[in-house]
Amino acid sequence: MSAVSDTTVAARPGGLWLAFSQNRLAWIGLVLLALIIGVALCAPWLAPRDPLEQDIVARLQPPSAEFWLGTDSFGRDVLSRLIYGARVSLFVGFLAILIAMLVGTAIGVAAGYIGGIFDQIVMGVLDVLLAFPTLLLGLMIAAMLGASLENLIVAIAVTEIAPFARVARAPTITLRQRDFVEASRSYGCGPFRIMTRHILPNMLSDVVVMSSLWLASAIRTEASLSFIGLGVPPPAATWGGMIREGFENILDAWWLAVFPSLAILATVFALNLLGDALRDAADPRSR
Amino acid sequence: MTGFVARRLLLSIPTLFIMLTAIFVLVRLVPGDAASVILGDQASAAALAALREKLGLDQPIQVQYLAFIGKILTGDLGQSLSSGRNVIHEVLLVLPSTIELTVAAIVIGLAFGLPLGVAAALARNGWVDYVARIVSLVGLSFPAFVSGILMLIVFAIQLGWFPVLGNTSGSGDLAERLRALALPALNLGIIMTAYVMRVTRAAMLGVLTEDYIRTARAKGVSPGQLVATHALRNSLIPIITVVGLYFGTLIGNSVLTEIIFNRPGLGKLIIGALNARDYTLLQGLMIIFAICVIIVNTLTDLAYGLVDPRVKYT
Repeated sequence: MSAVSDTTVAARPGGLWLAFSQNRLAWIGLVLLALIIGVALCAPWLAPRDPLEQDIVARLQPPSAEFWLGTDSFGRDVLSRLIYGARVSLFVGFLAILIAMLVGTAIGVAAGYIGGIFDQIVMGVLDVLLAFPTLLLGLMIAAMLGASLENLIVAIAVTEIAPFARVARAPTITLRQRDFVEASRSYGCGPFRIMTRHILPNMLSDVVVMSSLWLASAIRTEASLSFIGLGVPPPAATWGGMIREGFENILDAWWLAVFPSLAILATVFALNLLGDALRDAADPRSR
Repeated sequence: MTGFVARRLLLSIPTLFIMLTAIFVLVRLVPGDAASVILGDQASAAALAALREKLGLDQPIQVQYLAFIGKILTGDLGQSLSSGRNVIHEVLLVLPSTIELTVAAIVIGLAFGLPLGVAAALARNGWVDYVARIVSLVGLSFPAFVSGILMLIVFAIQLGWFPVLGNTSGSGDLAERLRALALPALNLGIIMTAYVMRVTRAAMLGVLTEDYIRTARAKGVSPGQLVATHALRNSLIPIITVVGLYFGTLIGNSVLTEIIFNRPGLGKLIIGALNARDYTLLQGLMIIFAICVIIVNTLTDLAYGLVDPRVKYT
């Protein structure tokens, strides 16, 4: 019955915030993430150069006073590309998670509320999806659809649907039997209205709490697919794509791969810190 | 025990069918169709029609589906479009290398993750616990190719301790093989250590508050024995679950690791298939991964029965 207590604790925003704000690691994650989002939003003002501007004379320059993080094999400024790359990673990650959240939550609530054979089939499919390697599923979808921004978002969204559906289903099953749902049913509410008006608001916090951890996973998948060459096509600056180019020059230009690597690591780490703290705050037992 | 095993094996059959059906649907979701993906935009209509016929894409969908399932059941995954060799043959050629890598990673992950997790749980909220938690979260935040590249730059290129190019020929010399295996295995192993540590810590924390632990302490069981026989054994079920679920991630990470360290294996095979638009090889690899996942899931469930005699399948 822990699902019920989770729901009720998380349903009180004040309690959640209190537990969250007392976590020192959460603050580190929050500040780090705010910084990265700030950089992405202010990219045109922060970047010292045009991320696409080529300068063949200044190619593969190590970090210096002029090029803080060096230049790549086309003579493009690594720092500027890093700053613009934050936009792609965050945009793809956020949008993919938003889609996965909408679709996954709808599936999970429907499966949990309707139950029976429908629930069993849906959960059977989702368990399979969940067990399948995320990266390979994304790779397969992206490879089949072709490399583009939209397809990348779709591929990553699909890989994150199953976890959302699972988390949405569990509280739905317990909420379905609660008195207030019974009452609204006796008032003549249809299943759709019960699911959207009565069940959804009561379990939404469970879903939102997990979304930070899965956003981390989505950004990791985006970087991996871009690294493999299935991401946003060049010459656009993406962190995974920059590492791919850096990997080709790894013997003579270490800075090309190292800086975007650290950027990805910092972003995923910040989201993991935040996600952990949110989950701990929502579930007092794990504190 | 035999009945338990048999029932669990039967349960994996519908899962296998769902997976195969999913792969079938996925491959047919391609805009245009597989033939146009393989041949590219400039293909002539005649070439497209010929390839469609060769792949059976001109048949009605239900016929295609039955042919697809039938071939898999008879162990025929088709021919690679780029090399012309049997897909199974291609896979068996590189599989030992991938198994070597993943097994080494699992050994490293369990050997370091379990003791670290136990130590963190026993020192709960102390500085050991704090450091262990942060370090493991950093480990979990690494995409495998990022940690791989950083290790490659530091240990192989800057320090020169390990070869940069991995085991190129699979030559018999054991010392050479181990040296080539070390960095890739460590790369996968460190991420897995972080994962196992976190899960072990959480599972141990759950068990350590149980009444029977207090009882055991009260009757004078030594701390070492308390952990080994009372706490850890009862933590094993969640640990096994999560390690089993981690297998999918491990496979994905091994693909990236093989690319970085230029090791032969399923990962390099996938990337090769991707670049050559070798759609039958890609589909075959997906089917093989699906079967691997099902086998590991089944073994995971069977392991519950070994660890906890109370687990019964009904």
